[in-house]
Order: sequence, then C-alpha cells, then structure tokens
Amino acid sequence: MNISKSRIPATFERLKIERKKALITFITTGDPDLETSLKLMHQLVEAGADIIELGVPFSDPMADGPVIQRASERALQHHISIDDVLVLVSQFRQQNNTTPLVLMGYLNPIEHKGYEQFANAAASAGVDAVLTVDMALEESSDYREVMTQAGLDTVFLVAPTSGAERSQLITNATSGFLYYVAVKGVTGGASADFAEVAKKVVTLQTMSAVPVAVGFGISSPRDAADVAEFADAVVVGSAIIKQLEEHPGETGVQAAVELVKQMRQAMDG
Amino acid sequence: MNSVENKLVDDLPDSRGHFGIYGGRFVSETLMLPLKELEKTYLECRQDESFHQQLQADLKHYVGRPSPLYFAERLSSQVGGARIYLKREDLNHTGAHKINNTVGQALVAQRMGKTRIIAETGAGQHGVATATVAARLGLECVVYMGVDDIKRQALNVYRMRLLGAEVVGVDSGSSTLKDAMNEAMRDWVANVDNTFYIIGTVAGPHPYPMMVRDFQTVIGREAREQIREQRGKLPEAVVACVGGGSNAIGMFHAFLGDKQVEIYGVEAGGDGIETGRHAAPLKAGEPGVLHGNRTYLMQDENGQIIETHSISAGLDYPGVGPEHAWLKDSGRVEYVAVTDKQAMDAFHQLTLTEGIMPALESSHAMAHAVELAATMTADESVLVCLSGRGDKDVHTVAALQGIEV
Repeated sequence: MNISKSRIPATFERLKIERKKALITFITTGDPDLETSLKLMHQLVEAGADIIELGVPFSDPMADGPVIQRASERALQHHISIDDVLVLVSQFRQQNNTTPLVLMGYLNPIEHKGYEQFANAAASAGVDAVLTVDMALEESSDYREVMTQAGLDTVFLVAPTSGAERSQLITNATSGFLYYVAVKGVTGGASADFAEVAKKVVTLQTMSAVPVAVGFGISSPRDAADVAEFADAVVVGSAIIKQLEEHPGETGVQAAVELVKQMRQAMDG
Repeated sequence: MNSVENKLVDDLPDSRGHFGIYGGRFVSETLMLPLKELEKTYLECRQDESFHQQLQADLKHYVGRPSPLYFAERLSSQVGGARIYLKREDLNHTGAHKINNTVGQALVAQRMGKTRIIAETGAGQHGVATATVAARLGLECVVYMGVDDIKRQALNVYRMRLLGAEVVGVDSGSSTLKDAMNEAMRDWVANVDNTFYIIGTVAGPHPYPMMVRDFQTVIGREAREQIREQRGKLPEAVVACVGGGSNAIGMFHAFLGDKQVEIYGVEAGGDGIETGRHAAPLKAGEPGVLHGNRTYLMQDENGQIIETHSISAGLDYPGVGPEHAWLKDSGRVEYVAVTDKQAMDAFHQLTLTEGIMPALESSHAMAHAVELAATMTADESVLVCLSGRGDKDVHTVAALQGIEV
C-alpha cells in the first residue's frame, strides 16, 4: 500500500498543535455556478474551514435531504460533470496548495468514468480523498486499491446502525478520516442526541488510527461547538447550502461565509 | 448456455447478492445492517415449512392462484401462426402479478415485527398491492409515487387511499418511479427501526432481487405445468415485458433450463430506440450503479441517470433487475423493445379479439408475442405473461384517441 500523499494528515497535525478541532464544510459543486463555487471555497478557508468537501452532483442523491437534492438539481441544470469538478479543483490549487479537498458523491459517475481514469485525474488535479456514499465496504476492494494507488484517501462512513463488528471493519478500511453519521436519516435533518453520538464517537476513536469526523444534522454554531467537544472534526453541509439558496447571488455567499465564521468561533471558544 | 444451466434458480445470486458482475449492495451505511437482518430473516423463511404453508394458503385463498392459462384462439387465428397462450396474472386479486410479491414480503415483515410498510410505485399496481396487504394485516402504509405518475394513474391513487394508505407525491428529479424509489429509500433510512420497505420489482440492494424473484417464480412454475397439461409439451417461446422485470423473472425462471425454449424480454421502446425517448436500458443502456445494485442503466456521458419515456408508467424506469442484466450478457434471454404505438395496437387487438383488456405494460409483451407468432407454425406455441389488466390505463388510451372519459 502506498503511503497517503494526501494533505489530510498534515492538516490534523497542525490542528492538534493548535489545540483545535477540524471544521469540514460541504458545498455542492456548481451550485449555483462554478465561479461562485471557486470564490466560496477560498472564502470558506478564510472563514475557518480546514477541509472542503466538494459534492459531485448526481441525478439520484438517495442519501440526501431536500436541501442538497435541490443543490444537485441546480448544478445539473448546467450539466456539471466530474470533469468540471476536477477543473475547479485545479483552479483552486493555483492559489491554495494546503487545504485538503474531499470529493463526496455517488458511485455511478465514478464507475462511468472508470475507477482508474477517475483516480488519476482526481489525484493530478489536487484532490486528496473520495467519499462515495453508496460504496459499501463489501463492494469496495477494487475501488480502494485503485484510489490508494493513485494517492487518494478513501473515507468511509459509520452509521448508528453499524454495530461493533462492522464499525471495526470500516475503521480498518477508511483512510484520511472516519466519518460518523450522527443520525439515522438523510442529510440536513434534525439534530442528533449529541450525548448518544459522543458515546459512539469515543468508542470509534479508540478503534481508529485516523481522526473521527461527525456529520448529518449539524446546523448551528451551537451544534458545531457541542460536537467539537468530543469529535475530531465537525462536518457542515446543508446549513451552508441553505444560505446560498435563501439569499441570491453575493449575499448568499456572504451569509454562508458568516455562518462558517460563527461556527469556527463557537468551536474554538 | 452451460453456465446458465449450471447456475439455476438456487445458485444465484452468490452470498453477497451478485449475478455475475451485477447486483450487490450499494447503499448508505445506515441501511447495510438492516439489509443483512432482512436477508437473514428471509433465508430463515425460505427454509421454514410453516412459512411456505402460510404463503401457499395466502396465494390460493387471497390472491386466487393458480391463475389460468388461456389459449387465445381467435387472436391466434387472426395472427395466423403459432398458438398464443396467456398466463392470466391479470386475474389475480388487485389485477396484476404484483400481489404475489407483496403477500410474501408482508409475511416476512410480520415475522420481523415491523409495524409500518412503505413502498414505491410507478403505475400504481405495486402500490395498490402493497396497500392491500397492509390493510389486511392492519399495518400503517405509506406509498411514494412521482407526481407525474399520480396524474397518469389517478384511479390507482384513489384505490390506495381507499385501502387506508397514505400516498406521498414525489416532485424531485423526473417525478416518476425512480424518484419515488429514492424517496422511499430516504424514508427507510430515517425509520428503519419500525419500517419494512416492500420493493415492487427485482431491483434494489440484495436481498430484494432474489426475494422478489422467489415470490414471483410461481408464475412460471404454474405456467410450465399448465401448458404441458394443455399441449403435452413445452412452448417454443416465452415472452414477458420488462420494466424492473419482476413478472418476467417470475415467468422465465422455470424455463431457463429448457434450452429448446426461446425466451424474450420486452422493454419499452417509447417513441423508438433511435429517438432516445424510451425506457430500454438492456437494449440501449450501459452498466452502472443505481438504487443499490449494479445493472444496465439509461445514463448520459457523465453517468447521470437520464429521463425515460414510455406510455406505460410501470415500464418507465431507467434501470432493470440485475438478474436480467446477467441473463442478457449470458445470452440465455433475448431482450427486444416495442414502441408505444406497437403496444397500443396490441392493446386494441387483444381487447377486440379476446375480450381481454391488457395493462399497457403487458401490451408490450403482447406486441412482441404477436409478431413472433406470425413467423411460427400452427403446431408451435408462444406463452405470454399477461402481467396485469388494463382498467387503470383506460384514461390514457382514451386521451390518445382524443376522448375524454
């Protein structure tokens, strides 16, 4: 196995020294357009995001709630493809060569491009990791091998239903970080019972060689601060996209950035 | 053909739900353990004599099985070729083959102690069949249906509501069957503790393609017996329509080992394959992953699922059951496509010659069967799965003729 070439370990090293938790922000690529996505990525970093997840829009986002579904539909109105996402990554890398980028999406666009072709193109564009929501561990051996070979981390999810045995297998397979899904449900839903989540996450941390991130249902600075108490990283998606959706144009970007700033402050405070 | 003969009914899928490279389990992590629990319970049911006794009793007394095999004599003589036999799944309770599967899955749901049933539906037949078994067992029932389909199939929507089900309109994506399935999956992820998802076709993550197939194979087992009784030999050809492909798998399975029998799956050709406006992934799609399994899909150059078109809501689906994908690649089954117009012609022909009004889905199978029969001799026969009745489609047919009913 190749040693990870990704920027993710260095980022968590830095945060450890700074005694901070990671803030991971998700946006859907091309929502509402690619120019906005690029601008937003840089501004999210300035506002305090440590890692950016770029959603690759898919026609059938089975694991997503209405907010990210609508974001995908908006992006697909102008046919945003994986190749467009990778061009955006290259553009971002011209100015930022340190913030890790994780591509998050569904398997079919990657299968359609071909694992190897995708992995090589993604790695050379400057992607650090892939998170494929419907790629189950049991089906993933080729996928992991090809991505790892290209130097990409493969992030896997643990769910509240996973159970101890599966959690251990997933923890062994994930790289970069482990993603704990805080709620049974889709993205953008109600907040979890964070006391329950904390118990699970603490257990996962003892099992895992990599940091444990928590996402799904984290929508306010208060939520982010609560989760940062125990998790190594906090993932926020729908709450950011909602700002873009509710405020047109530049005000949407500003509202999203403002939310991320407040989350950063709440987590660090 | 050896590989197919050697891997009949019980060998496939493998333990992880694969039919060759197809099938499998591609879902959110939250659903992995629930799917394994379902698989475990279902495999126990498969081995359990009392489960089978109860299923047989329900199929006989509630569904009305066995369904008749009918020799369509006037149609056959009008066509002037082979004898055409119809497996009358349209005569089942609720009017289609869908109930074979819902009574089976309802028994599994009961065994798992689930109190809430969800389903997706396209034409509404599966939704009605699910609402029916839920009413019978006193279970809460929610059916997801694309808003476009709700318009096309108003009668079935009202039937579901009469049966006590809640029908939820889905307006995301293309507002049809695939989007209803996405929404049902989202519901299931959130309510997995008390909810059983009754998938209506041989697609979805393992164990659904296997389980739904098993519940539908009664069609072919009966038909094979019946045609041997009536004719003293097997048919030369077997024909069924394929959307997700549950009636087709149910019909085909008993004949896969009979290598002299030609098997045809008929997809929805819509306006014609060459127009791109169709729902024929096996004929014109490529392998990919959707709704939990790897199979042939209608997709664009970026791997996005594209909108399908068929006059028949039940065939208007961009994927197909993974076992069909495998049967296509193996060459055992030939998949063809029939246009909206050909299906409509077959609808009228069967209605006028035999007094049997087929569902628009089944009309696709009829269209190919008639075409095939015409090239065959009078001592040969074609067996067609008449998967459902056409009452639900009367408005669609009338609208095409410019008539308001």
